[in-house]
Amino acid sequence: MSTANALKPSQRMKIPRAKSAEQDAHERACNFLEVALGFSVEQALSEATRCLECKDPVCMTGCPVNVDIRSFLQLMMVEDYAGAVRKIRESNYLPAICGRVCPQETQCEAVCTMGKKHEPVAIGKLERFVADYESLRGLFVPPAGAPQRAEKVAIVGSGPSGLTCAAELAQKGYQVTVFEALHEVGGVLRYGIPEFRLPRTVLDMEIGRVKDLGVEILTNFVVGMTATLDELMDTWGFSAIYLGTGAGSPSFMEIPGEGLIGVYSANEFLTRVNLMRAYAFPDTDTPVRIGKHVAVIGGGNTAMDAVRTSLRLGAEKAYLVYRRSRTEMPARDEEIHHAEEEGVEFLLLTNPLRILGNEKHEVRGMECQRMELGEPDSSGRRKPVPIPGSEFVLEVETVIEAVGQSPNPIVQSTTPGLKTGRKGVVEVGEKQETSRRGVFAGGDLSRGGATVILAMKDGKTAAAAIDEYLNGKRDLVVVAPETAVPQTARS
Amino acid sequence: MFKIREKEFLSPTIARFVIEAPFIAPKRKPGNFVILRVSERGERIPITLVDSDPGAGTVTLIVQGIGKTTKELLTKNVGDAIPDVVGPLGKPTPIHTNETIVCVGGGVGTAELLPITRALHAAGNIVYSIVGARSRDLIILEQEMAAASDELFMTTDDGSYGRKGFVTDQLRDLLTSRKVDTVYAIGPLPMMKAVSGVTKDAGVKTVVSLNALMVDGTGMCGGCRVSVGGKMRFACVDGPEFNAHEVDFDELIIRNRSYSEHERESVQRFEESHACQARGAEVAP
Ligand SMILES: Cc1cc2nc3c(=O)[nH]c(=O)nc-3n(C[C@H](O)[C@H](O)[C@H](O)COP(=O)(O)OP(=O)(O)OC[C@H]3O[C@@H](n4cnc5c(N)ncnc54)[C@H](O)[C@@H]3O)c2cc1C
Ligand SMILES: Cc1cc2nc3c(=O)[nH]c(=O)nc-3n(C[C@H](O)[C@H](O)[C@H](O)COP(=O)(O)OP(=O)(O)OC[C@H]3O[C@@H](n4cnc5c(N)ncnc54)[C@H](O)[C@@H]3O)c2cc1C
Ligand code: SF4
Ligand code: SF4
Ligand code: FES
Repeated sequence: MSTANALKPSQRMKIPRAKSAEQDAHERACNFLEVALGFSVEQALSEATRCLECKDPVCMTGCPVNVDIRSFLQLMMVEDYAGAVRKIRESNYLPAICGRVCPQETQCEAVCTMGKKHEPVAIGKLERFVADYESLRGLFVPPAGAPQRAEKVAIVGSGPSGLTCAAELAQKGYQVTVFEALHEVGGVLRYGIPEFRLPRTVLDMEIGRVKDLGVEILTNFVVGMTATLDELMDTWGFSAIYLGTGAGSPSFMEIPGEGLIGVYSANEFLTRVNLMRAYAFPDTDTPVRIGKHVAVIGGGNTAMDAVRTSLRLGAEKAYLVYRRSRTEMPARDEEIHHAEEEGVEFLLLTNPLRILGNEKHEVRGMECQRMELGEPDSSGRRKPVPIPGSEFVLEVETVIEAVGQSPNPIVQSTTPGLKTGRKGVVEVGEKQETSRRGVFAGGDLSRGGATVILAMKDGKTAAAAIDEYLNGKRDLVVVAPETAVPQTARS
Repeated sequence: MFKIREKEFLSPTIARFVIEAPFIAPKRKPGNFVILRVSERGERIPITLVDSDPGAGTVTLIVQGIGKTTKELLTKNVGDAIPDVVGPLGKPTPIHTNETIVCVGGGVGTAELLPITRALHAAGNIVYSIVGARSRDLIILEQEMAAASDELFMTTDDGSYGRKGFVTDQLRDLLTSRKVDTVYAIGPLPMMKAVSGVTKDAGVKTVVSLNALMVDGTGMCGGCRVSVGGKMRFACVDGPEFNAHEVDFDELIIRNRSYSEHERESVQRFEESHACQARGAEVAP
């Protein structure tokens, strides 16, 4: 195999992993600007050069959509950055987003050969770099699509899953319309993940790329209510439908005091701030209440985003209350690390019991209990058990719960014959087919909560299946996934 | 963009709008609402779909100006457009037949009640309606409610029109004089709570439509959560109508005050900037 750079492997191993510049922790805790500033051209080149160009690029197996990592890094080594991002886009249409939000440490970078003895190649940061490079220099050219086809495909939900499915199908020549319930596009990428991790401009840019393929996006359209699936097929003339409506419906702990003023689901809190821009109130019309002391319950990305957002809105003290220990936290490493740097106080092995209010029914405290780790439970994680007599009251004026989500309910409740499982998760087969002919589903809707890249993977799988289905191989795409297995859910 | 075709004031603070919404119009059912945004920086607020004309592709909304967003909406005129309107949302009202029903409306709640009253009447039920307001100039939709009812009773708090007193006074009389199967009540929360108290004592099934604070209206934020029968329900997707006797009204009344200080600030700023506009001064966008 020809190598793209002149350095010997031993020399490459000596190059230290490049560190992306970051906004100062104190400064950034007061603004919504992006925390990680990304690589400079020199850093990017040096980091790409660390890649060993393995004969067996195991990194690819760690990536759910099999980005050809080695090839894109080789293009970087010869400084063809635009070529590198085009290479990525062959398998991942949203590189500027994935480079920022993928949990690389458990995926591509976890298996990178370089990581065996040294630090893995910073694949995610490099992916982000080439995508930003292309966009800043205006080098994007839409990939050449297949000839136009007559069939129309409807995509429900404009999150990463729907957008990916739309982009794939548009490149195959189909006429694609995305229906989105909210007034803006992007799903969790828009209303959930804050600007300091994923700037609006980056998101708008990536959505623009999808539109460049000829995809039409209709906002303010709730499928199930504005039109049912049957109407989309029978009246609107769509030949196939992909459901990517996500798992946005928040769970609550169901402890006393959740009706008090100042208790939010993380979704509501983040939606007010990100989608509705409550941080600019009263220049914008949507308010948000933020106390001097804020407790966020949970240990996932959602909890990290909520707690770091609280600091940026002016909370003097922001606690992260999690009932297990740090090793069990499902959030990305980088986010946990950033939260710590910004001054978030972690109350681990701590479980909320009830929320306390004043005479005006405003939150004034949260009673918690200390926990210790006991025997492993069915998920293999050690189960937290309460320590008797360890109760204490945390003084807070805002409580934000990030304790899990279930699928958005509307499509399921308005579509007869759509098979669902626990908590309304839509059941799918291997090709993302549902129990309804011509209807496919994926992303958080069928997984019950996962990651951006897994949602994208489902969108890609479904696009291939829809293509097969519309090419007349209808029977290949089986209906009624009796064999459907629930995909792994994240807590 | 959703263009305003017609606008008419029904009272000094309440206006009726007919808006182009071709996808929503054929799908509207009694009990449904929309969420709309009045401007690019605006908040999302729920407003009931009072009527629709599928042929013309329009829907009718009736809005009372109480805070920043609704007051700003009232400044919009025919030809202006509303940037975002989404719906229909919420569970439509189940329309029973062969019942004797009392429909109780208070304030702008009467507008929310009108489509339900019409549907119940059209389905052949016997419908008595009670419409209440603080005083005569605040009464809306009297003729429309009369046309949709077998009998209409009006009340005003100050006695300036109809019977002096509250809707509950009239309701109590009706419940003792006739056999009533179901009561529908829509209006301010204290009114719905009072109605619920009256009908609970009388053992008459009662449905209320809850004005919870909403953001998305699709079950995604949990901001509209209400306690019904001791369980947490989301008003936007599980409601907005619920069995009144199971609703924790006090909790909802408290929760709806969550942003009262914010709202005051917002309205004040809006009115100041509006005063400037009235004087013809330049206002920054
Ligand atoms: C705060 C937060 C932070 C996260 N951080 C990360 C991270 O760092 N890395 C990572 O990999 N993952 C992260 N995740 C998880 C990730 O965002 C999700 O797994 C992913 O967005 C799922 O994509 P999706 O396309 O399936 O659904 P979503 O992104 O949820 O999009 C669904 C869309 O469908 C729309 N919709 C719903 N119902 C209807 C309807 N009836 N009609 C029309 N439209 C409808 C919704 O409005 C929404 O826009 C995070 C999640 C949250 C909440
Ligand atoms: C299902 C539903 C249907 C509704 N239908 C109508 C209707 O047909 N016509 C109409 O005039 N009003 C209707 N409302 C009420 C309307 O949504 C509120 O008046 C509006 O949101 C107030 O916004 P604002 O900015 O003008 O006032 P704000 O300054 O935000 O609030 C003023 C007062 O209104 C209450 N309020 C604020 N936001 C909301 C909200 N999102 N929902 C309910 N109450 C709120 C507050 O408790 C406050 O006391 C409906 C509400 C619901 C939930
Ligand atoms: S998409 Fe995610 S997992 Fe795949 S290579 Fe890029 S950063 Fe790694
Ligand atoms: S495994 Fe690591 S070193 Fe090997 S090709 Fe992939 S990125 Fe390069
Ligand atoms: S308004 Fe958000 S869940 Fe009902």
